[in-house]
Amino acid sequence: MSLSVRLTHQLPRFQLQVDFAVPAGLTVLFGRSGSGKTSVINAVAGLLRPDQGQITLAGETVFDSARALNLPTHRRHLGYIFQDARLFPHLSVQQNLHYGRWMRRADPKLHAHVIEMLGLGALLARRPAQLSGGEKSRVAIGRALLSGPRILLADEPLAALDEARKSEILPYFERLRDEFNIPILYVTHSPAEVARLATTVVALENGRSVAVGTATDILGDPTITPLGARSAGAVVQAVITAQHADGLTEISANGVVLFVPRVPGQRGQKLRVRVAAHDVILASTPPTGLSALNIVAGSVVDIRVGAGPGALLALDTQAGRLLARVTRRSMAAMGLQVGSRAYAVIKTVAMAPEDVGGMG
Amino acid sequence: MSSWLGPDEWQAVALSLKVAFWAMALSLPLGIFTAYALARWRFPGKALLNGLVHLPLILPPVVTGYILLVVFGINGPLGALLARLGITLAFQWTGAVLAAAIMAFPLMVRAIRLSIEAVDPKLEEAAATLGATRLWVFVTITLPLIVPGIIAGAVLAFAKAMGEFGATITFVSNIPGQTQTVPSAIYAFLQAPGGEPAALRLVVVSVIVAMGALLASEWLARRAAKRVQGV
Repeated sequence: MSLSVRLTHQLPRFQLQVDFAVPAGLTVLFGRSGSGKTSVINAVAGLLRPDQGQITLAGETVFDSARALNLPTHRRHLGYIFQDARLFPHLSVQQNLHYGRWMRRADPKLHAHVIEMLGLGALLARRPAQLSGGEKSRVAIGRALLSGPRILLADEPLAALDEARKSEILPYFERLRDEFNIPILYVTHSPAEVARLATTVVALENGRSVAVGTATDILGDPTITPLGARSAGAVVQAVITAQHADGLTEISANGVVLFVPRVPGQRGQKLRVRVAAHDVILASTPPTGLSALNIVAGSVVDIRVGAGPGALLALDTQAGRLLARVTRRSMAAMGLQVGSRAYAVIKTVAMAPEDVGGMG
Repeated sequence: MSSWLGPDEWQAVALSLKVAFWAMALSLPLGIFTAYALARWRFPGKALLNGLVHLPLILPPVVTGYILLVVFGINGPLGALLARLGITLAFQWTGAVLAAAIMAFPLMVRAIRLSIEAVDPKLEEAAATLGATRLWVFVTITLPLIVPGIIAGAVLAFAKAMGEFGATITFVSNIPGQTQTVPSAIYAFLQAPGGEPAALRLVVVSVIVAMGALLASEWLARRAAKRVQGV
Protein backbone atom coordinates (compact mmCIF):
# COMPACT_ATOMS: atom_id res chain seq x y z
CA MET A 1 0.00 0.00 0.00
CA SER A 2 1.48 3.35 -0.97
CA LEU A 3 -0.60 5.38 1.45
CA SER A 4 -2.52 4.42 4.54
CA VAL A 5 -4.46 6.85 6.67
CA ARG A 6 -6.23 6.14 9.92
CA LEU A 7 -7.27 9.14 11.94
CA THR A 8 -9.89 10.78 14.07
CA HIS A 9 -10.04 14.53 14.43
CA GLN A 10 -12.60 16.87 15.92
CA LEU A 11 -13.64 19.55 13.44
CA PRO A 12 -15.84 22.47 14.46
CA ARG A 13 -18.98 20.90 13.02
CA PHE A 14 -18.37 17.16 13.07
CA GLN A 15 -15.84 14.47 13.81
CA LEU A 16 -13.53 13.25 11.11
CA GLN A 17 -13.14 9.48 11.21
CA VAL A 18 -11.17 8.09 8.33
CA ASP A 19 -9.52 4.75 7.73
CA PHE A 20 -8.23 3.67 4.35
CA ALA A 21 -5.22 2.19 2.61
CA VAL A 22 -4.76 2.59 -1.10
CA PRO A 23 -2.40 1.20 -3.76
CA ALA A 24 -0.36 3.25 -6.24
CA GLY A 25 -2.16 5.19 -8.95
CA LEU A 26 -4.59 8.04 -8.55
CA THR A 27 -6.77 7.88 -5.46
CA VAL A 28 -9.74 10.20 -5.33
CA LEU A 29 -11.09 11.41 -1.99
CA PHE A 30 -14.68 11.84 -3.04
CA GLY A 31 -17.35 13.64 -1.05
CA ARG A 32 -19.50 16.72 -0.97
CA SER A 33 -18.16 20.14 0.07
CA GLY A 34 -17.59 20.25 3.80
CA SER A 35 -17.29 16.47 4.23
CA GLY A 36 -13.74 16.82 5.58
CA LYS A 37 -11.79 15.97 2.42
CA THR A 38 -9.40 18.90 2.70
CA SER A 39 -8.75 18.14 6.37
CA VAL A 40 -7.70 14.60 5.42
CA ILE A 41 -5.30 15.76 2.70
CA ASN A 42 -3.90 18.45 5.02
CA ALA A 43 -3.28 15.79 7.66
CA VAL A 44 -1.31 13.78 5.08
CA ALA A 45 0.66 16.94 4.25
CA GLY A 46 1.32 17.71 7.90
CA LEU A 47 -0.54 21.01 7.73
CA LEU A 48 -3.14 19.70 10.17
CA ARG A 49 -2.31 17.63 13.22
CA PRO A 50 -5.03 15.02 13.82
CA ASP A 51 -6.18 14.27 17.35
CA GLN A 52 -5.38 10.59 16.90
CA GLY A 53 -4.25 8.11 14.33
CA GLN A 54 -1.46 6.99 12.08
CA ILE A 55 -0.42 8.01 8.56
CA THR A 56 2.03 5.97 6.52
CA LEU A 57 3.50 7.29 3.29
CA ALA A 58 5.46 5.03 0.93
CA GLY A 59 6.43 2.78 3.83
CA GLU A 60 7.41 5.58 6.22
CA THR A 61 5.20 6.49 9.15
CA VAL A 62 4.92 10.28 9.10
CA PHE A 63 2.36 10.61 11.87
CA ASP A 64 1.60 8.38 14.83
CA SER A 65 -0.22 9.80 17.81
CA ALA A 66 0.64 6.74 19.92
CA ARG A 67 4.36 7.44 19.49
CA ALA A 68 3.91 11.25 19.51
CA LEU A 69 5.44 11.23 16.03
CA ASN A 70 4.57 14.10 13.73
CA LEU A 71 7.04 14.65 10.91
CA PRO A 72 7.02 18.35 9.90
CA THR A 73 5.67 19.14 6.45
CA HIS A 74 9.03 20.00 4.91
CA ARG A 75 10.40 16.54 5.75
CA ARG A 76 7.48 14.56 4.30
CA HIS A 77 8.70 14.79 0.70
CA LEU A 78 5.41 15.50 -0.94
CA GLY A 79 4.09 17.75 -3.66
CA TYR A 80 0.90 19.65 -2.94
CA ILE A 81 -1.19 21.17 -5.73
CA PHE A 82 -3.49 23.68 -4.10
CA GLN A 83 -6.86 24.78 -5.42
CA ASP A 84 -5.64 28.39 -5.53
CA ALA A 85 -2.22 27.50 -7.08
CA ARG A 86 -0.37 29.52 -4.40
CA LEU A 87 2.48 30.54 -6.67
CA PHE A 88 5.05 32.82 -5.07
CA PRO A 89 4.25 36.28 -6.47
CA HIS A 90 7.77 37.68 -6.13
CA LEU A 91 9.42 34.84 -8.06
CA SER A 92 9.38 34.14 -11.79
CA VAL A 93 7.77 30.98 -13.16
CA GLN A 94 11.25 29.50 -13.49
CA GLN A 95 12.08 30.30 -9.85
CA ASN A 96 8.72 28.97 -8.71
CA LEU A 97 9.39 25.71 -10.54
CA HIS A 98 12.84 25.44 -8.99
CA TYR A 99 11.80 26.37 -5.47
CA GLY A 100 11.51 22.75 -4.35
CA ARG A 101 14.82 21.85 -5.97
CA TRP A 102 16.75 24.07 -3.56
CA MET A 103 15.91 21.54 -0.89
CA ARG A 104 15.79 18.26 -2.78
CA ARG A 105 17.77 16.91 -5.69
CA ALA A 106 15.63 16.31 -8.72
CA ASP A 107 16.46 14.38 -11.84
CA PRO A 108 17.39 16.74 -14.75
CA LYS A 109 15.57 14.47 -17.19
CA LEU A 110 12.44 14.85 -15.09
CA HIS A 111 12.86 18.60 -15.31
CA ALA A 112 12.88 18.67 -19.12
CA HIS A 113 10.01 16.18 -19.27
CA VAL A 114 7.82 18.20 -16.91
CA ILE A 115 8.45 21.52 -18.71
CA GLU A 116 7.67 19.89 -22.04
CA MET A 117 4.61 18.00 -20.88
CA LEU A 118 3.01 21.02 -19.20
CA GLY A 119 4.01 23.40 -22.01
CA LEU A 120 5.81 25.75 -19.61
CA GLY A 121 8.77 26.64 -21.84
CA ALA A 122 7.33 29.95 -23.02
CA LEU A 123 6.25 31.02 -19.53
CA LEU A 124 9.53 30.66 -17.64
CA ALA A 125 10.45 34.35 -17.52
CA ARG A 126 6.99 35.54 -16.48
CA ARG A 127 5.67 36.42 -13.04
CA PRO A 128 2.55 34.72 -11.64
CA ALA A 129 0.63 38.00 -11.98
CA GLN A 130 1.09 37.76 -15.74
CA LEU A 131 -0.38 34.25 -16.03
CA SER A 132 -3.93 33.18 -16.83
CA GLY A 133 -5.81 30.83 -14.49
CA GLY A 134 -5.00 27.75 -16.57
CA GLU A 135 -1.32 28.70 -16.84
CA LYS A 136 -1.11 29.17 -13.07
CA SER A 137 -2.55 25.67 -12.62
CA ARG A 138 0.04 24.19 -14.95
CA VAL A 139 2.90 25.95 -13.14
CA ALA A 140 1.54 24.74 -9.79
CA ILE A 141 1.48 21.16 -11.09
CA GLY A 142 5.02 21.52 -12.43
CA ARG A 143 6.31 23.03 -9.21
CA ALA A 144 4.90 20.17 -7.15
CA LEU A 145 6.29 17.54 -9.55
CA LEU A 146 9.76 19.08 -9.70
CA SER A 147 10.22 18.98 -5.94
CA GLY A 148 10.76 15.23 -6.39
CA PRO A 149 7.83 14.12 -4.26
CA ARG A 150 7.02 10.55 -3.25
CA ILE A 151 3.33 11.42 -3.30
CA LEU A 152 1.34 14.17 -5.01
CA LEU A 153 -1.57 15.77 -3.21
CA ALA A 154 -4.16 17.74 -5.16
CA ASP A 155 -6.96 19.61 -3.40
CA GLU A 156 -9.76 20.31 -5.90
CA PRO A 157 -7.19 21.58 -8.40
CA LEU A 158 -9.86 22.33 -11.01
CA ALA A 159 -12.52 23.88 -8.78
CA ALA A 160 -11.38 27.47 -9.29
CA LEU A 161 -11.28 27.15 -13.10
CA ASP A 162 -14.02 27.74 -15.65
CA GLU A 163 -15.27 24.86 -17.80
CA ALA A 164 -12.90 25.51 -20.70
CA ARG A 165 -9.86 25.64 -18.39
CA LYS A 166 -11.05 22.50 -16.59
CA SER A 167 -11.02 20.49 -19.79
CA GLU A 168 -7.59 21.95 -20.55
CA ILE A 169 -6.06 20.88 -17.21
CA LEU A 170 -7.85 17.56 -16.64
CA PRO A 171 -5.80 15.65 -19.26
CA TYR A 172 -2.59 16.61 -17.43
CA PHE A 173 -3.76 14.67 -14.41
CA GLU A 174 -4.41 11.66 -16.63
CA ARG A 175 -0.83 11.95 -17.86
CA LEU A 176 0.49 12.32 -14.31
CA ARG A 177 -1.36 9.16 -13.39
CA ASP A 178 -0.14 7.23 -16.41
CA GLU A 179 3.40 8.55 -17.03
CA PHE A 180 4.79 9.15 -13.56
CA ASN A 181 5.32 6.50 -10.98
CA ILE A 182 4.06 8.73 -8.17
CA PRO A 183 0.91 7.97 -6.19
CA ILE A 184 -1.61 10.81 -6.28
CA LEU A 185 -4.20 11.71 -3.68
CA TYR A 186 -6.81 13.85 -5.38
CA VAL A 187 -9.70 15.60 -3.64
CA THR A 188 -12.88 16.40 -5.54
CA HIS A 189 -16.63 16.62 -5.33
CA SER A 190 -17.05 16.19 -9.07
CA PRO A 191 -18.31 12.74 -10.19
CA ALA A 192 -17.01 13.53 -13.67
CA GLU A 193 -13.45 13.87 -12.35
CA VAL A 194 -13.83 10.67 -10.33
CA ALA A 195 -15.07 8.77 -13.38
CA ARG A 196 -12.28 10.06 -15.52
CA LEU A 197 -9.28 9.95 -13.20
CA ALA A 198 -9.71 7.54 -10.34
CA THR A 199 -7.77 4.32 -10.00
CA THR A 200 -9.18 4.03 -6.50
CA VAL A 201 -12.01 5.95 -4.87
CA VAL A 202 -12.35 6.68 -1.16
CA ALA A 203 -15.91 7.85 -0.54
CA LEU A 204 -16.35 10.30 2.37
CA GLU A 205 -19.71 11.02 3.96
CA ASN A 206 -19.98 13.42 6.90
CA GLY A 207 -16.34 13.02 7.77
CA ARG A 208 -16.33 9.21 7.57
CA SER A 209 -14.71 7.07 4.94
CA VAL A 210 -17.62 4.83 3.95
CA ALA A 211 -16.13 2.84 1.09
CA VAL A 212 -12.90 2.19 -0.82
CA GLY A 213 -12.87 0.64 -4.29
CA THR A 214 -12.52 1.18 -8.02
CA ALA A 215 -14.41 4.01 -9.70
CA THR A 216 -16.74 1.49 -11.38
CA ASP A 217 -17.52 -0.28 -8.09
CA ILE A 218 -18.03 2.86 -6.02
CA LEU A 219 -19.99 4.89 -8.55
CA GLY A 220 -22.10 1.87 -9.51
CA ASP A 221 -23.10 1.10 -5.92
CA PRO A 222 -26.51 2.62 -5.13
CA THR A 223 -25.79 2.49 -1.39
CA ILE A 224 -22.75 4.80 -1.71
CA THR A 225 -23.84 8.25 -2.74
CA PRO A 226 -21.56 10.83 -1.17
CA LEU A 227 -23.29 13.60 -3.10
CA GLY A 228 -26.81 12.28 -2.59
CA ALA A 229 -28.88 10.01 -4.87
CA ARG A 230 -29.65 12.92 -7.19
CA SER A 231 -26.03 13.11 -8.32
CA ALA A 232 -25.46 9.36 -8.63
CA GLY A 233 -24.18 7.90 -11.87
CA ALA A 234 -22.44 4.69 -12.89
CA VAL A 235 -19.25 4.39 -14.94
CA VAL A 236 -19.07 2.19 -18.01
CA GLN A 237 -15.82 1.08 -19.64
CA ALA A 238 -15.95 1.35 -23.40
CA VAL A 239 -13.86 1.51 -26.54
CA ILE A 240 -14.31 3.80 -29.57
CA THR A 241 -15.53 1.84 -32.62
CA ALA A 242 -16.44 4.58 -35.13
CA GLN A 243 -16.69 8.33 -35.65
CA HIS A 244 -19.85 9.33 -37.52
CA ALA A 245 -20.37 12.34 -39.75
CA ASP A 246 -23.44 13.51 -37.80
CA GLY A 247 -21.35 14.42 -34.75
CA LEU A 248 -21.76 11.18 -32.85
CA THR A 249 -19.10 8.77 -31.70
CA GLU A 250 -19.98 5.10 -31.65
CA ILE A 251 -18.56 3.21 -28.73
CA SER A 252 -18.76 -0.36 -27.61
CA ALA A 253 -19.15 -1.28 -23.97
CA ASN A 254 -18.41 -4.99 -23.74
CA GLY A 255 -20.14 -5.52 -27.09
CA VAL A 256 -23.07 -3.19 -26.44
CA VAL A 257 -23.14 -0.37 -29.00
CA LEU A 258 -23.73 3.13 -27.62
CA PHE A 259 -23.75 6.54 -29.27
CA VAL A 260 -22.24 9.55 -27.49
CA PRO A 261 -21.59 13.13 -28.60
CA ARG A 262 -18.29 13.44 -30.50
CA VAL A 263 -15.30 12.34 -28.44
CA PRO A 264 -11.98 13.04 -30.10
CA GLY A 265 -10.01 9.82 -30.37
CA GLN A 266 -8.90 6.96 -32.56
CA ARG A 267 -10.77 3.77 -33.17
CA GLY A 268 -9.81 1.37 -30.43
CA GLN A 269 -9.15 4.05 -27.79
CA LYS A 270 -10.47 3.16 -24.37
CA LEU A 271 -12.97 5.40 -22.61
CA ARG A 272 -14.80 5.69 -19.35
CA VAL A 273 -18.35 6.95 -19.76
CA ARG A 274 -20.33 8.22 -16.81
CA VAL A 275 -24.07 7.72 -17.12
CA ALA A 276 -25.95 9.91 -14.66
CA ALA A 277 -28.76 8.03 -12.89
CA HIS A 278 -31.28 10.77 -13.60
CA ASP A 279 -30.63 10.39 -17.32
CA VAL A 280 -31.68 6.75 -17.37
CA ILE A 281 -35.34 5.80 -17.95
CA LEU A 282 -36.48 2.27 -17.23
CA ALA A 283 -38.91 0.22 -19.30
CA SER A 284 -40.26 -3.23 -18.48
CA THR A 285 -40.60 -4.28 -22.12
CA PRO A 286 -38.27 -3.53 -25.07
CA PRO A 287 -39.28 0.05 -25.98
CA THR A 288 -39.98 1.01 -29.61
CA GLY A 289 -40.62 4.32 -31.33
CA LEU A 290 -38.39 6.31 -28.98
CA SER A 291 -36.00 9.05 -30.03
CA ALA A 292 -33.37 7.70 -27.67
CA LEU A 293 -30.55 5.83 -29.37
CA ASN A 294 -29.14 3.86 -26.48
CA ILE A 295 -31.23 1.06 -25.01
CA VAL A 296 -29.61 -1.62 -22.87
CA ALA A 297 -31.27 -4.69 -21.39
CA GLY A 298 -30.45 -5.83 -17.88
CA SER A 299 -31.73 -7.05 -14.58
CA VAL A 300 -32.30 -5.18 -11.35
CA VAL A 301 -29.71 -6.17 -8.74
CA ASP A 302 -30.21 -3.58 -6.03
CA ILE A 303 -32.82 -1.03 -5.01
CA ARG A 304 -32.25 1.84 -2.62
CA VAL A 305 -35.29 3.70 -1.41
CA GLY A 306 -34.68 6.97 0.39
CA ALA A 307 -36.94 9.26 2.36
CA GLY A 308 -38.09 11.15 -0.74
CA PRO A 309 -40.28 10.03 -3.63
CA GLY A 310 -37.36 8.63 -5.61
CA ALA A 311 -35.59 5.29 -5.69
CA LEU A 312 -32.15 4.40 -6.98
CA LEU A 313 -31.96 1.13 -8.90
CA ALA A 314 -28.80 -0.73 -9.88
CA LEU A 315 -29.06 -2.64 -13.10
CA ASP A 316 -26.59 -5.26 -14.30
CA THR A 317 -26.32 -5.11 -18.08
CA GLN A 318 -23.95 -6.57 -20.62
CA ALA A 319 -22.41 -3.08 -20.86
CA GLY A 320 -21.77 -3.06 -17.14
CA ARG A 321 -23.44 -1.74 -14.04
CA LEU A 322 -25.91 1.14 -14.58
CA LEU A 323 -27.78 3.26 -12.05
CA ALA A 324 -31.26 4.61 -12.69
CA ARG A 325 -33.24 7.07 -10.64
CA VAL A 326 -37.01 6.58 -10.89
CA THR A 327 -39.94 7.47 -8.65
CA ARG A 328 -41.18 4.91 -6.17
CA ARG A 329 -44.59 5.25 -7.76
CA SER A 330 -43.43 4.16 -11.21
CA MET A 331 -41.31 1.43 -9.67
CA ALA A 332 -44.43 0.02 -8.02
CA ALA A 333 -46.53 0.47 -11.19
CA MET A 334 -43.94 -1.47 -13.20
CA GLY A 335 -43.60 -4.10 -10.49
CA LEU A 336 -39.82 -3.67 -10.40
CA GLN A 337 -37.97 -5.61 -7.74
CA VAL A 338 -34.58 -7.23 -7.35
CA GLY A 339 -34.34 -9.82 -10.13
CA SER A 340 -36.76 -8.03 -12.48
CA ARG A 341 -35.80 -7.70 -16.12
CA ALA A 342 -35.70 -4.07 -17.31
CA TYR A 343 -34.54 -1.97 -20.23
CA ALA A 344 -32.42 1.11 -19.57
CA VAL A 345 -33.05 3.96 -21.98
CA ILE A 346 -30.13 6.40 -22.02
CA LYS A 347 -30.60 9.73 -23.75
CA THR A 348 -27.57 10.29 -25.97
CA VAL A 349 -27.25 13.95 -25.09
CA ALA A 350 -27.28 13.04 -21.43
CA MET A 351 -23.65 12.03 -21.62
CA ALA A 352 -21.95 15.40 -21.43
CA PRO A 353 -18.47 15.54 -22.93
CA GLU A 354 -16.92 16.20 -19.53
CA ASP A 355 -18.29 12.87 -18.38
CA VAL A 356 -16.56 11.07 -21.21
CA GLY A 357 -12.90 10.62 -20.56
CA GLY A 358 -10.06 8.98 -22.42
CA MET A 359 -7.89 6.42 -20.70
CA GLY A 360 -4.22 5.99 -21.45
CA MET B 1 25.11 74.02 2.91
CA SER B 2 27.83 74.40 5.55
CA SER B 3 28.29 78.05 4.52
CA TRP B 4 24.57 78.69 4.83
CA LEU B 5 24.46 76.95 8.19
CA GLY B 6 26.71 78.09 10.99
CA PRO B 7 29.24 75.54 12.36
CA ASP B 8 27.09 74.86 15.43
CA GLU B 9 24.02 74.34 13.31
CA TRP B 10 25.87 72.11 10.88
CA GLN B 11 27.21 70.09 13.78
CA ALA B 12 23.66 69.57 15.07
CA VAL B 13 22.41 68.46 11.65
CA ALA B 14 25.32 66.02 11.18
CA LEU B 15 24.84 64.60 14.66
CA SER B 16 21.11 64.19 14.13
CA LEU B 17 21.65 62.35 10.86
CA LYS B 18 24.23 60.09 12.51
CA VAL B 19 22.01 59.39 15.53
CA ALA B 20 18.93 58.76 13.40
CA PHE B 21 20.79 56.45 11.04
CA TRP B 22 22.22 54.28 13.81
CA ALA B 23 18.98 54.28 15.75
CA MET B 24 17.21 52.96 12.63
CA ALA B 25 19.90 50.51 11.53
CA LEU B 26 20.51 48.95 14.93
CA SER B 27 16.84 48.50 15.82
CA LEU B 28 15.80 47.11 12.42
CA PRO B 29 16.69 43.42 13.01
CA LEU B 30 15.01 43.47 16.42
CA GLY B 31 12.07 45.35 14.90
CA ILE B 32 11.57 42.69 12.20
CA PHE B 33 11.86 39.90 14.76
CA THR B 34 9.41 41.58 17.17
CA ALA B 35 6.95 42.32 14.38
CA TYR B 36 7.11 38.68 13.21
CA ALA B 37 6.60 37.35 16.72
CA LEU B 38 3.61 39.64 17.28
CA ALA B 39 2.11 38.86 13.87
CA ARG B 40 2.62 35.10 13.67
CA TRP B 41 3.35 33.49 17.03
CA ARG B 42 1.17 32.73 19.97
CA PHE B 43 3.05 32.73 23.24
CA PRO B 44 2.39 33.60 26.88
CA GLY B 45 3.07 37.25 27.58
CA LYS B 46 2.34 38.35 24.01
CA ALA B 47 -0.03 41.09 25.20
CA LEU B 48 2.63 42.26 27.64
CA LEU B 49 5.29 42.44 24.92
CA ASN B 50 2.88 44.30 22.68
CA GLY B 51 2.22 46.80 25.46
CA LEU B 52 5.89 47.21 26.22
CA VAL B 53 6.73 47.90 22.57
CA HIS B 54 4.02 50.53 22.32
CA LEU B 55 4.69 52.14 25.72
CA PRO B 56 7.07 54.88 24.41
CA LEU B 57 4.29 55.99 22.07
CA ILE B 58 1.97 56.88 24.93
CA LEU B 59 4.31 57.73 27.81
CA PRO B 60 5.45 61.35 28.05
CA PRO B 61 8.90 61.32 26.36
CA VAL B 62 10.41 62.89 29.44
CA VAL B 63 9.30 59.84 31.43
CA THR B 64 10.98 57.49 28.94
CA GLY B 65 14.11 59.63 29.14
CA TYR B 66 14.08 59.55 32.91
CA ILE B 67 13.63 55.76 32.96
CA LEU B 68 16.60 55.47 30.60
CA LEU B 69 18.63 57.69 32.89
CA VAL B 70 17.75 55.55 35.90
CA VAL B 71 18.48 52.26 34.13
CA PHE B 72 21.38 53.23 31.87
CA GLY B 73 22.91 56.05 33.94
CA ILE B 74 26.43 55.54 35.30
CA ASN B 75 24.96 54.20 38.52
CA GLY B 76 21.98 52.49 36.96
CA PRO B 77 21.86 48.67 36.96
CA LEU B 78 22.51 48.27 33.21
CA GLY B 79 24.57 51.44 32.97
CA ALA B 80 27.04 50.18 35.59
CA LEU B 81 27.27 46.84 33.78
CA LEU B 82 27.96 48.52 30.43
CA ALA B 83 30.44 50.91 32.07
CA ARG B 84 32.52 47.93 33.15
CA LEU B 85 32.64 46.93 29.46
CA GLY B 86 33.77 50.46 28.64
CA ILE B 87 30.45 51.60 27.19
CA THR B 88 28.85 54.77 28.52
CA LEU B 89 25.51 55.86 27.22
CA ALA B 90 24.38 58.69 29.47
CA PHE B 91 25.33 62.14 28.14
CA GLN B 92 26.94 60.55 25.05
CA TRP B 93 25.75 60.54 21.44
CA THR B 94 25.37 56.75 21.75
CA GLY B 95 22.80 57.42 24.45
CA ALA B 96 20.97 59.65 22.00
CA VAL B 97 20.91 56.68 19.61
CA LEU B 98 19.37 54.48 22.31
CA ALA B 99 16.75 57.10 23.22
CA ALA B 100 15.83 57.72 19.58
CA ALA B 101 15.69 53.99 18.82
CA ILE B 102 13.33 53.29 21.70
CA MET B 103 11.06 56.19 20.81
CA ALA B 104 10.95 55.15 17.15
CA PHE B 105 10.58 51.41 17.80
CA PRO B 106 6.76 51.27 18.04
CA LEU B 107 6.37 53.01 14.67
CA MET B 108 8.83 50.66 13.03
CA VAL B 109 7.23 47.53 14.50
CA ARG B 110 3.72 48.65 13.55
CA ALA B 111 4.61 49.20 9.90
CA ILE B 112 6.48 45.90 9.57
CA ARG B 113 3.84 43.95 11.49
CA LEU B 114 1.09 45.19 9.16
CA SER B 115 3.07 44.03 6.15
CA ILE B 116 3.71 40.60 7.70
CA GLU B 117 0.02 40.20 8.45
CA ALA B 118 -0.68 40.96 4.79
CA VAL B 119 1.45 37.98 3.67
CA ASP B 120 -0.85 35.00 3.08
CA PRO B 121 0.26 32.19 5.45
CA LYS B 122 -0.91 29.81 2.72
CA LEU B 123 2.13 30.81 0.68
CA GLU B 124 4.34 29.85 3.61
CA GLU B 125 2.51 26.51 3.86
CA ALA B 126 3.09 25.95 0.16
CA ALA B 127 6.80 26.58 0.63
CA ALA B 128 6.87 24.06 3.48
CA THR B 129 5.28 21.39 1.26
CA LEU B 130 8.14 21.99 -1.18
CA GLY B 131 10.65 21.10 1.50
CA ALA B 132 11.57 24.48 2.98
CA THR B 133 12.34 24.73 6.70
CA ARG B 134 10.69 27.53 8.69
CA LEU B 135 13.82 29.67 8.57
CA TRP B 136 14.19 29.14 4.81
CA VAL B 137 10.52 29.98 4.29
CA PHE B 138 11.08 33.23 6.15
CA VAL B 139 14.19 34.12 4.18
CA THR B 140 12.85 33.21 0.72
CA ILE B 141 9.13 33.98 0.97
CA THR B 142 8.15 36.17 3.92
CA LEU B 143 11.12 38.54 3.94
CA PRO B 144 11.04 39.45 0.22
CA LEU B 145 7.28 39.98 0.41
CA ILE B 146 7.53 42.40 3.33
CA VAL B 147 10.36 44.55 1.91
CA PRO B 148 7.94 47.44 1.22
CA GLY B 149 6.81 47.32 4.86
CA ILE B 150 10.39 47.16 6.11
CA ILE B 151 11.29 50.23 4.04
CA ALA B 152 8.26 52.11 5.32
CA GLY B 153 9.04 51.12 8.92
CA ALA B 154 12.70 52.04 8.60
CA VAL B 155 12.06 55.46 7.09
CA LEU B 156 9.35 56.22 9.62
CA ALA B 157 11.76 55.27 12.39
CA PHE B 158 14.49 57.43 10.84
CA ALA B 159 12.20 60.45 10.64
CA LYS B 160 10.98 59.92 14.18
CA ALA B 161 14.56 59.57 15.43
CA MET B 162 15.52 62.81 13.68
CA GLY B 163 12.81 64.64 15.55
CA GLU B 164 13.14 63.02 18.96
CA PHE B 165 13.51 65.64 21.68
CA GLY B 166 12.00 64.86 25.09
CA ALA B 167 13.63 61.54 25.91
CA THR B 168 16.94 62.59 24.33
CA ILE B 169 17.35 65.83 26.25
CA THR B 170 16.38 64.11 29.50
CA PHE B 171 18.75 61.16 29.02
CA VAL B 172 21.79 62.75 27.33
CA SER B 173 21.19 66.48 27.90
CA ASN B 174 22.00 69.15 25.32
CA ILE B 175 25.77 69.32 24.86
CA PRO B 176 26.79 71.06 21.61
CA GLY B 177 28.87 68.75 19.44
CA GLN B 178 28.11 65.71 21.58
CA THR B 179 24.44 65.31 22.21
CA GLN B 180 22.91 68.40 20.69
CA THR B 181 20.64 67.12 17.93
CA VAL B 182 18.60 69.41 15.67
CA PRO B 183 15.55 69.65 17.97
CA SER B 184 17.77 70.30 21.00
CA ALA B 185 19.67 72.92 19.05
CA ILE B 186 16.45 74.64 17.96
CA TYR B 187 15.35 74.66 21.58
CA ALA B 188 18.71 76.12 22.69
CA PHE B 189 18.71 78.80 19.98
CA LEU B 190 15.19 79.86 20.91
CA GLN B 191 16.27 80.26 24.55
CA ALA B 192 19.20 82.52 23.62
CA PRO B 193 18.70 86.17 22.58
CA GLY B 194 19.17 86.64 18.83
CA GLY B 195 19.07 82.92 18.13
CA GLU B 196 15.89 82.96 16.07
CA PRO B 197 17.48 83.11 12.58
CA ALA B 198 19.59 80.02 13.39
CA ALA B 199 16.53 78.26 14.79
CA LEU B 200 14.60 79.09 11.64
CA ARG B 201 17.36 77.65 9.43
CA LEU B 202 17.28 74.41 11.40
CA VAL B 203 13.51 74.32 11.12
CA VAL B 204 13.87 74.51 7.34
CA VAL B 205 16.43 71.68 7.42
CA SER B 206 14.07 69.58 9.56
CA VAL B 207 11.20 70.05 7.18
CA ILE B 208 13.37 69.20 4.17
CA VAL B 209 14.78 66.05 5.75
CA ALA B 210 11.35 64.87 6.93
CA MET B 211 9.69 65.50 3.59
CA GLY B 212 12.60 63.93 1.71
CA ALA B 213 12.44 60.84 3.89
CA LEU B 214 8.70 60.45 3.39
CA LEU B 215 8.91 60.90 -0.39
CA ALA B 216 11.84 58.51 -0.63
CA SER B 217 10.03 55.85 1.39
CA GLU B 218 6.88 56.20 -0.72
CA TRP B 219 8.92 55.80 -3.88
CA LEU B 220 11.00 52.88 -2.59
CA ALA B 221 7.98 51.09 -1.16
CA ARG B 222 6.02 51.46 -4.40
CA ARG B 223 8.94 50.16 -6.41
CA ALA B 224 9.43 47.23 -4.05
CA ALA B 225 5.70 46.44 -4.07
CA LYS B 226 5.74 46.37 -7.86
CA ARG B 227 8.72 44.08 -7.89
CA VAL B 228 7.10 41.80 -5.32
CA GLN B 229 3.81 41.53 -7.17
CA GLY B 230 5.52 41.22 -10.52
CA VAL B 231 3.29 43.62 -12.41
